[in-house]
Amino acid sequence: MENSVAYDKDLNMKDTELRLGLPGTEKNEKEETTLSVKVSNKRPMIESSKDNGSKTSDEEAPPSKAKIVGWPPIRSYRKNSLQEAEASGIYVKVSLDGAPYLRKIDLRIYGGYAQLLKALENMFKLTIGDYSEKEGYKGSDYEPTYEDKDGDWMLVGDVPWDMFVTSCKRLRIMKGSEARGV
Amino acid sequence: MNYFPDEVIEHVFDYVVSHSDRNSLSLVCKSWYRIERFTRQRVFIGNCYSISPERLVERFPDLKSLTLKGKPHFADFSLVPHGWGGFVYPWIEALAKSKVGLEELRLKRMVVSDESLELLSRSFMNFKSLVLVSCEGFTTDGLAAVAANCRSLRELDLQENEVEDHKGQWLSCFPENCTSLVSLNFACLKGEINIGALERLVARSPNLKSLRLNRSVPVDALQRILMRAPQLMDLGIGSFFHDLNSDAYAKLRTTILKCTSITSLSGFLEVAPFSLAAMYPICQNLTSLNLSYAAGIQGSELIKLIRHCGKLQRLWIMDCIGDKGLGVVATACKDLQELRVFPSAPFGNQGAVTEKGLVAISMGCRKLHSLLYFCHQMTNAALITVAKNCPNFIRFRLCILDATKPDPDTMQPLDEGFGAIVQSCKQLRRLSLSGQLTDQVFLYIGMYAEQLEMLSIAFAGETDKGMLYVLNGCKKLRKLEIRDCPFGDTALLTDIGKYETMRSLWMSSCEVTVGACKTLAKKMPSLNVEIFGEGEQADCYVEDGQRVEKMYLYRTVAGKREDAPEYVWTL
Repeated sequence: MENSVAYDKDLNMKDTELRLGLPGTEKNEKEETTLSVKVSNKRPMIESSKDNGSKTSDEEAPPSKAKIVGWPPIRSYRKNSLQEAEASGIYVKVSLDGAPYLRKIDLRIYGGYAQLLKALENMFKLTIGDYSEKEGYKGSDYEPTYEDKDGDWMLVGDVPWDMFVTSCKRLRIMKGSEARGV
Repeated sequence: MNYFPDEVIEHVFDYVVSHSDRNSLSLVCKSWYRIERFTRQRVFIGNCYSISPERLVERFPDLKSLTLKGKPHFADFSLVPHGWGGFVYPWIEALAKSKVGLEELRLKRMVVSDESLELLSRSFMNFKSLVLVSCEGFTTDGLAAVAANCRSLRELDLQENEVEDHKGQWLSCFPENCTSLVSLNFACLKGEINIGALERLVARSPNLKSLRLNRSVPVDALQRILMRAPQLMDLGIGSFFHDLNSDAYAKLRTTILKCTSITSLSGFLEVAPFSLAAMYPICQNLTSLNLSYAAGIQGSELIKLIRHCGKLQRLWIMDCIGDKGLGVVATACKDLQELRVFPSAPFGNQGAVTEKGLVAISMGCRKLHSLLYFCHQMTNAALITVAKNCPNFIRFRLCILDATKPDPDTMQPLDEGFGAIVQSCKQLRRLSLSGQLTDQVFLYIGMYAEQLEMLSIAFAGETDKGMLYVLNGCKKLRKLEIRDCPFGDTALLTDIGKYETMRSLWMSSCEVTVGACKTLAKKMPSLNVEIFGEGEQADCYVEDGQRVEKMYLYRTVAGKREDAPEYVWTL
């Protein structure tokens, strides 16, 4: 029995729990539920206002993000501009050698190579090794490459992230012996 | 008794410029009132419903410049339903009829129709300056009328307006003999413009000092424009998207070197990464930098740019700069007076800056007096440190993205932190609160915020006492806006005389009832008390005990307004 308790802790079951919110958002969710109860409609407001001062709701809050009207307080003009900017992503095709169809990703949503590679690993259910300048990607059968503006096939990771984002036209995850040659 | 002839007094009055001082002059005696009203050229009306246009025109026949504000501030955040009011047409109509020689009109949060703009453009021969901030209701057709008919136009400044773009040729409507432009800002327009017409306009405007372009102006056009206007002091770049290897970019880099007068830079509505290096040569001259709409600039590039801006006094950026980036600002920009940090992902979970960034700023930028800071979290300790480091705050607006978040280190409300701010910053005129807050913070505000004129509160407080502390304590309070707080009838009705000393009070999603609003309206005929809900009919408020969704009250000498929509009930 002791072993199984330790097992649970080590595995950190929370990480594999199915949730709707982003990871690491537990505390916020509790407060957000209080807020969403407050703003959802008028009549219940009178009852729930008693909860206002005491943020002690102990229930495990449903992890939905209640959008409060007018919060955060930024001008609608600015909000609309942001949304338009977000909409204009940089979408590139991603092909995996041997896969029946391609995928598309928006490069703008990744902060850097680490996030991009993790996303690719998740998307295609594979492992990409570790990058080093000397040896490229070691430790797996897969190497991420991309076609740049000049039409050349480059190894992902050599240039600064910002430069990569503007020069990358498409991605190709190369597999096996072909990859070795790089 | 006057011992001086009127001309002498008039001459003395010329030196008295501020609106409040001029108002004071007019109260001294009848003859000063008379002299003042005939020499008054600039009038500021903070609430367009506080006085009628006819009365304004009657009192100030020599009026040259009028500033009007319309909708309540929370209208900016979609809390005021469409059609509420703030129409400028009656004002322009009254001014046109009276033969006032209007030269300047500045509007904020008003509804401006194309008809108003057309009437404006045809009625005032000497019209020079139109400034529209956060307005709506007009299209590029209205702008075409202004361009075509205002022969001595010097300034057309459009800031953050919702403009319907008819993709017409409004820019081409500036006549060939119009050479008087000093300031042109159309950054908020979404549509294409005639680039050739723009270049020709710039070429024939030798006095052009301020030019803010929209997204549709490409880099090669920008370069040609800068060649024609090396005297520019304020530049807003539209599109800065281009190939780093292109000729256009190379040319631009050279042309920028000539622009030694530019002290204010903004825009970058579209940016190519790594291209900001072209701006480095002029960074050292910049006193104002607004990159808050430059969604395409990554934090690292932003930091690199700011390192070159040693003279910066005003900085508006997005939170992708991060806490570390704010640390760089603190070391590079010792003269910084105003800082605004906007959220790049307002509905995401991770605000990119925290209390650490603000503390760093406070340590490096001792001259800071205006702050708008959207952040992920804040601590009492940080606020106390900031209060100590920067006692000169005039405006302090803090917005924690999670509206009721306590101090994450201690899990305490932020009462002590904000308390330190109001106690230390004796000149504080404007304050916006957020985070978990009890009645205690309002006790502090009432006690210490002696110069406070505007207070914005959301999701704060516990009982009516909170609001009462503020109403009793802040003698100079002019605008109070409250949303989602447990303040009710007792708070509203305890000191009703107070509202006559204020411009306005907004309360939404609080505990105020219809009955209390009725009582207030009855006792204070000098106030308009408006209540409205979510676009429902006004007669849904049948019972006195019913909670009011939104209430907006303001002092007025104009009586109940005629233009209120169906859903607004003026009690």
